[in-house]
Amino acid sequence: MNAARTLACVVLLAVCGVCLTADWLAPAGYAKQFREVPGSPPSRQHLLGTDEIGRDRFARVLYGTRISLLLAPAAALVSTLLAALVGGLAGYLGGIWLRLATSFTDLFLSLPWLFLLITVRALLPLNVSPLLSVLITFFILGTLGWAASARVLSASADSLRNSDFVLQARASGLRGARLFFVHVLPNLKPVLYAQFWISIPVFILSEANLGILGLGVAEPLPSWGSLLRELEGLVSFREEPWRLVPLVLLIVVLISFQLVLSNEEVTA
Amino acid sequence: MLCKIVRRLAAIAGIVVLGGLLSATLVRLAPGFDTDERTFDPSLNAESVNALRQARAGEHNILHFYAAYLRGALHGDLGTSHTLGQPVQSLLRERWPVTLRVAGIGLLLGWLLAATLAFSACLCQQRAYDLFGTALSGAFLCIPAAVLALLSVILNAPGYLAIALIVFPKIYRYSRNLLDKAYTLPHLTAARAKGLGEIRILLWHVLPVVAPQMIALAGITVSIALGASIPIESLCGLPGIGQLAWQAALARDLPLLVNVTVLVTLVTLLANSGADVMIHMLRPREA
Repeated sequence: MNAARTLACVVLLAVCGVCLTADWLAPAGYAKQFREVPGSPPSRQHLLGTDEIGRDRFARVLYGTRISLLLAPAAALVSTLLAALVGGLAGYLGGIWLRLATSFTDLFLSLPWLFLLITVRALLPLNVSPLLSVLITFFILGTLGWAASARVLSASADSLRNSDFVLQARASGLRGARLFFVHVLPNLKPVLYAQFWISIPVFILSEANLGILGLGVAEPLPSWGSLLRELEGLVSFREEPWRLVPLVLLIVVLISFQLVLSNEEVTA
Repeated sequence: MLCKIVRRLAAIAGIVVLGGLLSATLVRLAPGFDTDERTFDPSLNAESVNALRQARAGEHNILHFYAAYLRGALHGDLGTSHTLGQPVQSLLRERWPVTLRVAGIGLLLGWLLAATLAFSACLCQQRAYDLFGTALSGAFLCIPAAVLALLSVILNAPGYLAIALIVFPKIYRYSRNLLDKAYTLPHLTAARAKGLGEIRILLWHVLPVVAPQMIALAGITVSIALGASIPIESLCGLPGIGQLAWQAALARDLPLLVNVTVLVTLVTLLANSGADVMIHMLRPREA
């Protein structure tokens, strides 16, 4: 492990650690309004100042980062499982199943990712409770983001289907689900891990895009998307540089993810 | 070759038709599909409200709607937008040039920036320069498209610059990896040993090796630029196809959204297929 990768791991662990202690570091919470100081600059009481309606920006950054960092892996898990189900099984079964799965993934991949994501989210109810909006957002990410991973997995499973050890297992009488779960799936693990890790930063970015357009997590619950939406009212970077903190944090976390994912893992 | 092209065109047509059907089904199943805001207008009498409801009755059965839509499309009638009250054909005709210009210039700038950085990094072989390119592309890779759109609004920058900065890191990273691999090929060492200059090596021995993958990447970047056009056009107030798609989705405008989906799918598939055809044409013929 090189120094950059170690540093990236430390940054990610530190960010996760700080976010998990948000209740202790920002006891006032993300929704409490300090009505006497709306839109105030950083101070000892409010490290990153307050937003237009007087909520502590530091608390919102902590809680928002926690939500994004918890739910992006959850969405990545859903999409990887779907990809394993569609791509892995189709590659293992081969023939018509593989052709059907390839056509289905082609259909999904023929639509640009952002176009598909934004359109589907806009079609779903927007006037829902904050918790439901979180679930809808990350469920959509999980259920729409499987196609590219499924393509990779079906290719891997297809090559495994004709490998020597699978042929030998077949010759020994192993068939169906047992052959798939005992011999094929364990060998797909590295690809599954790689697809899972690759999906996390993609989903974090996608959630941010949705949030800025007002299609992400609903107020008052914060997420990186809704925090970045505040940039809309920014007039000058020089006057209020602290408002860029969520963006800087997002970039730092995503760069750390890029560094943690080594080339070997990405191309596995 | 002709057979392959016909097969590819048939596959594109099939995917486009299925993509349209998928989008129509999504809109039909979306909550609030049946609601027409105009029916709440107290100034309308019962007959007018009924007429409005009747006008949308044909959309309830999605298969009937889609069959009628395809029949109309074959005769050049793409339907009428419910929210904008205009024929979809004229809306697409008005908006398409804006997207074409913004995405086209953005792609051109993105490719220019990425290719210049990647090729010059290969030619000058300096670690600091390479690190600069990697850091720059890494940073832009981590900025959401919508943030770039917001920043372009704040800085009064044109929308195509945001598209350029979205596609730039992807092109740079991919082309840099390709060039790195190409530069390790043994025949380049032989070429250097024979005294060939770096520029000649790049133009005669490296570019032909990486060209097929770069062309494939060009097809993919069209799709990325089209996807990014939704947040960029919506936030920058550019009246293009991206903004139209955004409005159509929010208003559950079935005819408009189906047409925009069909158009976007068609352009994406044609870009990728065009890239495939170019790669096929560049491939050396076997004896």
